[in-house]
Amino acid sequence: MASLIETHDLTLHFGGLKAVDGVDFSLMAGEIHALIGPNGAGKTTFVSLLSGRRMAQSGTIHLGTEDITHLPAHIRVRKGIAYTFQITSIFPRLTVFDNVALAVQAQGAKDLHGRTQAALARVGLVGLEEQEAQTLAYGHQRLLELAMGLALNPRVLILDEPTQGLAASEIEGFKRLVESLVPETTVLLIEHNMEVVMDLATRITVLNFGQVLATGTPEEIRANPLVQEAYLGA
Amino acid sequence: MKVWALHLVLIAVLFAAQFLLSPYHTTNLARIMVLAVFAMGYNLAFGYTGLLSLGHALLLGAGMYAAGLSAQLWGFSAGPALIVGTVAGGVMAAAVGLLALRTAGVSFMIVTLMFAQAGYLTILYFAPTTGGDEGFTLAAASRTFAGFDLSTDTPRFFAALALFALGLLVSLALVRSPFGRTMVAMRENEERSRMLGYNPFAVKLAALTISGLYAGAAGAAYALLFGYVGASFTTIQYSILPMLYVLLGGAGTTIGPLLGAALMFALIEAASGLTTAYLFLVGLALVVLVLFAPKGILGTIRERWLKWLP
Amino acid sequence: MAFGPFLLLALMEGLVTAAVLALAASGLSLVFGVMRVVNVAHGAFYMLGAVLAWVVAAHVPGHAALAFMAALIVAPLVVGALAAATDGLILKRLNYDPEATIVATIGLLYMIEQATLSLYGPNANPVQAPFEWRIQLPWFGYSGYKLFVVFAACVVLLALWAFITRTKAGLIMRATQVDRTTASAFGINVDRVYMGTFALGAGLAALAGVLIVPIQQAHYLMGGDTLLLSFIVVIIGGLGSLRGTLIAALVIGLSDGVISMFFAPTLAKILATLLVAMVLVFRPQGLFGAKA
Repeated sequence: MASLIETHDLTLHFGGLKAVDGVDFSLMAGEIHALIGPNGAGKTTFVSLLSGRRMAQSGTIHLGTEDITHLPAHIRVRKGIAYTFQITSIFPRLTVFDNVALAVQAQGAKDLHGRTQAALARVGLVGLEEQEAQTLAYGHQRLLELAMGLALNPRVLILDEPTQGLAASEIEGFKRLVESLVPETTVLLIEHNMEVVMDLATRITVLNFGQVLATGTPEEIRANPLVQEAYLGA
Repeated sequence: MKVWALHLVLIAVLFAAQFLLSPYHTTNLARIMVLAVFAMGYNLAFGYTGLLSLGHALLLGAGMYAAGLSAQLWGFSAGPALIVGTVAGGVMAAAVGLLALRTAGVSFMIVTLMFAQAGYLTILYFAPTTGGDEGFTLAAASRTFAGFDLSTDTPRFFAALALFALGLLVSLALVRSPFGRTMVAMRENEERSRMLGYNPFAVKLAALTISGLYAGAAGAAYALLFGYVGASFTTIQYSILPMLYVLLGGAGTTIGPLLGAALMFALIEAASGLTTAYLFLVGLALVVLVLFAPKGILGTIRERWLKWLP
Repeated sequence: MAFGPFLLLALMEGLVTAAVLALAASGLSLVFGVMRVVNVAHGAFYMLGAVLAWVVAAHVPGHAALAFMAALIVAPLVVGALAAATDGLILKRLNYDPEATIVATIGLLYMIEQATLSLYGPNANPVQAPFEWRIQLPWFGYSGYKLFVVFAACVVLLALWAFITRTKAGLIMRATQVDRTTASAFGINVDRVYMGTFALGAGLAALAGVLIVPIQQAHYLMGGDTLLLSFIVVIIGGLGSLRGTLIAALVIGLSDGVISMFFAPTLAKILATLLVAMVLVFRPQGLFGAKA
């Protein structure tokens, strides 16, 4: 497998806080890669650097063979890196249809209706097109957020704590959905729910104090004494 | 369909008004329609894209002086002068936007206010050319269009109606297009839009430029139809008025600007008969609207009853 | 007159402008700093101060100084009370939303100006200075009252500074400025702090209006220029920074005096407004403010 995203020595410090500190990381095409670590380990900051919401102080990011370190966020999105927000970020006063259509038309206006419907069908929101997004139940808002990510037809989909606040039954559906995305789309997942991580992930990277503590398959990570210490010891 | 029909009916009603109203009211209606074009432009920036500008007088003035001076100095006739004015509004908006759109919210309001103030002072500074405070009147020769004399009632009314109808239909088509949806996305959630691959700066700059084209066309039309160009049109008051019209009629509604302009015009007209301090009403209307009806008339109607209203 | 004395005169005139501006702008800055409200009606409060000084002078018999002293007390109090009412009736109901409060204070500006036009009329009226000393310099004579304005402004600004840094009320204001939510969790009545701040800011503008009126006549549109200059000062000084505001008032006031003595005032204003726009675009923390 070729690596789709690769970072080298990626760094962002906030004053004395080393949020992301020299991270070497590679995301393989077609995998579901989970990013885990204690609170404040720098997971969200790290994916913000990947998506371009923040700019790195040093180090490089490559998408395929292209250096995207200095590209602004919207260009990276167009190149195929989609990001779904940890705190649901939708267009609250627009309809469900308009929310997803905005993602679709960002890729070109051809067959807007059909492509929007397809994305809605994929997450199971058909029938709610004309509803105002802010009136949706929370679980549905998370699905809408996901539909917007999918409608971008991304090469990489970054999901920031997608199961947060979902009911157990909704989590099952979500897992099946994510599994259906690969290998066409590569998934990078920040997740606290270890059950979800162990079920879904083909590989896991553990961050701690802004640095990579370990990378490997779920079995390797489970057996890693350093990881056990970071999670259980301290 | 229903939506287009509504707008066409509105235009037809305005057309018929010419035959029913007295010349005095016809002139006023022409004035209202030109101001409504200005307000429709403001609405595209503020109502749809969420750009609360306090400097649109600069764009109106750009159109007015570009049209007026090109007619005055180079003898342009009404058609070319209107085009020059429209383009001037757009170019000015783009120039202001390139700088002002680096800021947002309160800073954007103050930056646009300052640019407009600088524009007003510039017109005063170049008084030998611009006529300063007094302004200048346009020669009759430059106020003809395709053989019609725009200083007479009927051609003037139809010229204003044509411009208004064009502006209204373009703005309707625009807000119902994918780009219209993108403009609203900027207003609703800029950061999300960015993460869908939109460049907020570019979208807002485009919206502001379109808004400037409207303002420029309105300024040029005002000069050509009413024959006067003056610095008073570039004062802060003419930045506040379109905001007031839009807030009153309903921000983010296509017909709101006309409704707001007409109501405010009628209100001020009625009050100025009673007192010299009729601008008190402008202030009162602003405070009441922002306190009790921030969605304006059509915005409230849309929310309560007519969801399909564009 | 030779160049040297001419420059001295320009600087002295500039100092008077700076003093009045510092008072007005510090009110604007205080309101923005604590409440995050851009008060467009600030110039109207300044104008009201001047007009009220004329009203008081017309009603208080006896020596001009007596009437002036009365105006110095009455005008800021009346304007402060009006501002407090505005805060309670309008700004608070808007939850101090920055954009909505700007629109509302624009409305307020129109209402105050137009009400003044109705009640006071369109004329500019003079108010007699409390005293008529002239200081005779070797090159020109200079109004003692103008120097008194500078002195009075310094006293008021020192008192303001002491109030903010040395008293409990000032401490509460600063706490609210830093964090509204925490302040209210510590039992600070934020509503009252906001009302007090808005009244204080307006009172400072009114005081500036009273001080200027013996030099410049009272007119219902006189607030416009002061508002613009105060904006310029507050923005260049760094929004909400009182120290930056004072430095900027001095710089702008002095340069205004000098520039308008040697150049066309309109050109100076064009450059000043463009400068403000550029500062907001490229250096939003102000020229003299610390980097945020």
